[in-house]
This record gives sequence, structure tokens and C-alpha cells, in this order.
Amino acid sequence: MKGLNFSAIDTRPLWLVPVLALVALPAVGSLDTWLTLTVAGLAMGMIIFIMASGLTLVFGLMDVLNFGHGVFIALGAFVATSVLGGMGDWTHSRELWRNLLAVLAAMGVAMAVASAVGLAFERFIVRPVYGQHLKQILITMGGMIIGEELIKVIWGPLQIALPLPEAMRGSLIWGEASIEKYRLMAVVVGLCVFVLQAWTLSQTKVGLLIRAGVQDREMVEALGYKIRRLFVGVFVVGSGLAGLGGVMWGLYQQNVTPQMGAQVNVLIFIVIIMGGLGSTGGALIGALLVGLMANYTGFLMPKLALFSNIALMAAVLLWRPQGVYPVANR
Amino acid sequence: MTSPQDMLLSLQGVHTHIGAYHILHGVDLQVPRGELTLLLGRNGAGKTTTLRTIMGLWPASQGRIAFNGLDITAKSTPDIAALNIAYVPENMGIFADLTVQENMLLAARNARHAGQMDAKRLDWIYSLFPAVQKFWNHPAGKLSGGQKQMLAVARAMVEPRDLLIVDEPSKGLAPAIVQNMIDAFRKLKASGVTILLVEQNIHFAQQLGDSVAVMDNGIVVYSGSMKQLSSDPDLQKSLLGLSL
Repeated sequence: MKGLNFSAIDTRPLWLVPVLALVALPAVGSLDTWLTLTVAGLAMGMIIFIMASGLTLVFGLMDVLNFGHGVFIALGAFVATSVLGGMGDWTHSRELWRNLLAVLAAMGVAMAVASAVGLAFERFIVRPVYGQHLKQILITMGGMIIGEELIKVIWGPLQIALPLPEAMRGSLIWGEASIEKYRLMAVVVGLCVFVLQAWTLSQTKVGLLIRAGVQDREMVEALGYKIRRLFVGVFVVGSGLAGLGGVMWGLYQQNVTPQMGAQVNVLIFIVIIMGGLGSTGGALIGALLVGLMANYTGFLMPKLALFSNIALMAAVLLWRPQGVYPVANR
Repeated sequence: MTSPQDMLLSLQGVHTHIGAYHILHGVDLQVPRGELTLLLGRNGAGKTTTLRTIMGLWPASQGRIAFNGLDITAKSTPDIAALNIAYVPENMGIFADLTVQENMLLAARNARHAGQMDAKRLDWIYSLFPAVQKFWNHPAGKLSGGQKQMLAVARAMVEPRDLLIVDEPSKGLAPAIVQNMIDAFRKLKASGVTILLVEQNIHFAQQLGDSVAVMDNGIVVYSGSMKQLSSDPDLQKSLLGLSL
């Protein structure tokens, strides 16, 4: 199969991220502070992308509005508290490889649990309401509330600390700029997830079917493929990625609460709407914009942090009402 | 006279409801093996609904649809397609964001990548539809209407199929392109594939059709040979409101 056809890619949305960063530079004033904020924003954006990429495909493939996606994020984060809590010797070690193994174990278990719960969520909550948007919103929000309460039953209602393993704490100092090690790691993990996802979507037959299904699922079925099976697969992988994102978000915030999924949900929906529902490339750009905007405004005008993202979404939708990468045929 | 065994596809008393609307009121249709059957009729007669019902895209509420003697009435669309039935919908069903090659690969169910598509068959398809080869690596959304229609039919035939169902292949095409399409269907027919076409273009229908069914108000009001219909102006007027 041929790779991504770059000549066919609309490159204008790609400029949004550097343009936003460059516009923020004079407002921030100091180059070092700007660098710190930019790396933090990119890290936050990558984590949001990991959480949002599954959701945008779920909507694209089956028109399913899953407002319960946040519960997989919270679940992943809480599973990480248990896994990392039980690996104290590994997380308190000053050896980076032991820390990394502990975090990888937490990520693996969180993804497995979130995927398994995602499978049950699709079967019992989403499947009965295919094609009924209002019911989907109500029942998936209900599912999230139940999920949150179950998290409280298992882990308790209070905030739980999720400290970074020993060797991942601290910052790298570059000039006057301070770049947290964990944020760099988040950028690397996010890039790995994006590359793997882009490769799967562009180089494999399953990826081709997903891209085609997002555009016209009826035609994919008429070609002889069972799109519901594909959808279940995407839903499960998307839930697993949300679990992975939950671990990374929990470590980014260094604490977890049962409500964290609902809070992040707002950002995720801003991202997938801005990116174009069903577009993973759009979700990446949307997530990076949201991450950068949140960090710049958090520094310049803290009270406007959430509003700034909604304003950003409004501006993007005024430019492209279907999102930066509208999916054809939708 | 053709025997029931010679019928590749047969519909008996098929009814279809879409929401509150009762669209098909007992369609009886026979598609002889190896022939090109045309489904004619005015707008809103139920032709597209008949094709969609055959493909399981809208379920039949009553009646029986048999393919190769197998009852497919309650089967799902992917299961029906897997019986070697190719379908080209009225809107062509082209994936605009995918390249021509990717569109073709999707229809090649046995190929996991482009290299696994049958090269000889592709060469044959290129000879029928040169635009497919010319724009192989281009996004399908950038093709003209005629090129898209050629791609849609080429895609349907990327692997050997027993039945090809096409909804209005000449719709919106320039006369020169329509002639290309007629030539291509002639060659497809010669390859032995059974074809069921919905068509409004009478010139197109007359040149290709072996047998014909005319629909009105959700039922088949006439079935016979194209030759018979072409030679009877009174029949044409009464069924279609025009002379061929």
C-alpha cells in the first residue's frame, strides 16, 4: 500500500501550531519562559491527543457520541495508583530503567483494564442506542456517572497522590529555561502513539477500512466487510488509549480524582470538534493547540484558561466550520 | 423459456418499508444468469429501493430474495456482498479522501496490500477504464464525475464477481463518456458476469439490455426481453410514456 500522499495533504492547518507559538512569544516576553511553556503545552497536547484519538474515530465510524469516554481516563489513572503503589521499590529507585519499567507496567495494566471495560461499555451501553444521538448522550453520560461512583467504591472518594517515580522528577535546565523531564517523556510517548496510529491507518488494510468507514460506512459494508466488528475493535483500542492517557495525565497532575475524566472530557470534545470529527490528524493539531493555549493563557491570564480554549475553538470553526480536517462524505 | 435454475437472482413478493413509508409493494423480479437485466421506470418507482433491498441495506419486510438458490432475504449486507455480489450505488460510493488505488484495494477482499491484487485482472480493468490507471495514485475525490463512475464500476469488478448491480451508471455523464461506459459494459457482459442495471437513459438501456423489468409504484409492471419492448412502441408508451 502506498504511504501518506503528502502532496494531497492540506498543509494550512499544520501552520496553526507554530503560528500560535510564535504569536505567544512577544506576549510572554522572555524566551526562556516561552520555551518552558511551549514544551509544557506540547506535552499536555500530546497527552490530550492520546485520550482523544480513539474518541474521534469512534464518532467517525459509527456516529456514536460517547460522553462516557472520560471514565476510561479516570479508570486508567486509578489503576496506575494501584500498580505504582504496589511497586514502591521500583518507583523509589533512582535508576531510570526501574522507574520506566514501573511506569510501563502501570500503562500496560491500565490499558488492559480500560480496554476490557470499554468492551463491556460498548456491548451493554452503546450498542442498544446506535443511531440515536440523544439517547447516546444520555446513556453514555449515565455510564460515566456510574463508572465514577464505582471508582469511588473501589478507591474511595478522595483525591489520591500519583507522584512521579524518582528519576523522572526534576527538570533539565537549558539556559534559563527549565524543562521538566516528565514533559519531555510525555512528548516522546505521544509521538510514538501518533506514529503507530498513523502507520496503522495509512499502511494496513485495517487502517484503510477505518479511514473508509469514517467516510461511508454503508459502502464499506456493501464491499463485504462487517463494520460493527471494526467499530468494536476501534472502541476497545480507543478505550485503552484513554486509559493510557489517564495514566499520563495523572502523572502530569501528580494526583487523581474520580471526577478527572469528566473534567478532561471538556478538553477532549473541544479537540475533536476543532480537528474535524473522525480525523486523527485534526485531533493531533487540535490537541496541540489546546495544550499550548492552556499553558500560555495559564501564565498570562490564568482566569481565562478554559475560556481561551473555547474561544480558540470558536475561531477555528469560524475559519472551518467542519473542523480543520473535515472528513469527506460526512 | 428460462428455467428457475437459470435465474441467478430472484425476488418474489418483496415488500420494503422505510420508516412509516411503504415503498415496495410486492416486487417480483428475475435476473437470468449471464445476461444483462435492466430495471426501468420513472423517478420514485422503487428501482433504487429494490437494489438496496437486494443488498440488505434496507430490510425486506415481506417476500423472498434468492441468490443462486440461497435465501438471502434476512442476511446482512456484508454477508450478501461476500456471496460474490458487487454493488455500485447511485452516488457511486467513492471514498473521496482515499486514492484510486486504495479504493480498488478495499474492494479486493483477498488482498492485504496493492501488490496482492491480481495484476492480469487489473490490466484488463485498465483496458476497460483507462482513467483508473491514469489516476492510480490520485485522491478519488479529485476525479471528474465520469471518472468516478468508471472507478466505481472498476472497483466493483476488481475481483471476479457473479453478479454486478449498478444504480444508474450513466447519470450525469457527458454523451461521449456514456458511450465509453456502454462499451465497457459490453465487455463486462462478454466476460460472463451477470449484470443488473437501473437506468434512465433509454439509449444506454437499448444498447445493452437482454431482459428488462419496468417498475411503477413499487411493483414490477412488465417483464420481458429488451428486444420485445424495443419493437413495440405502444408498449413503450404505456409503460414509460415514450417511444424508444
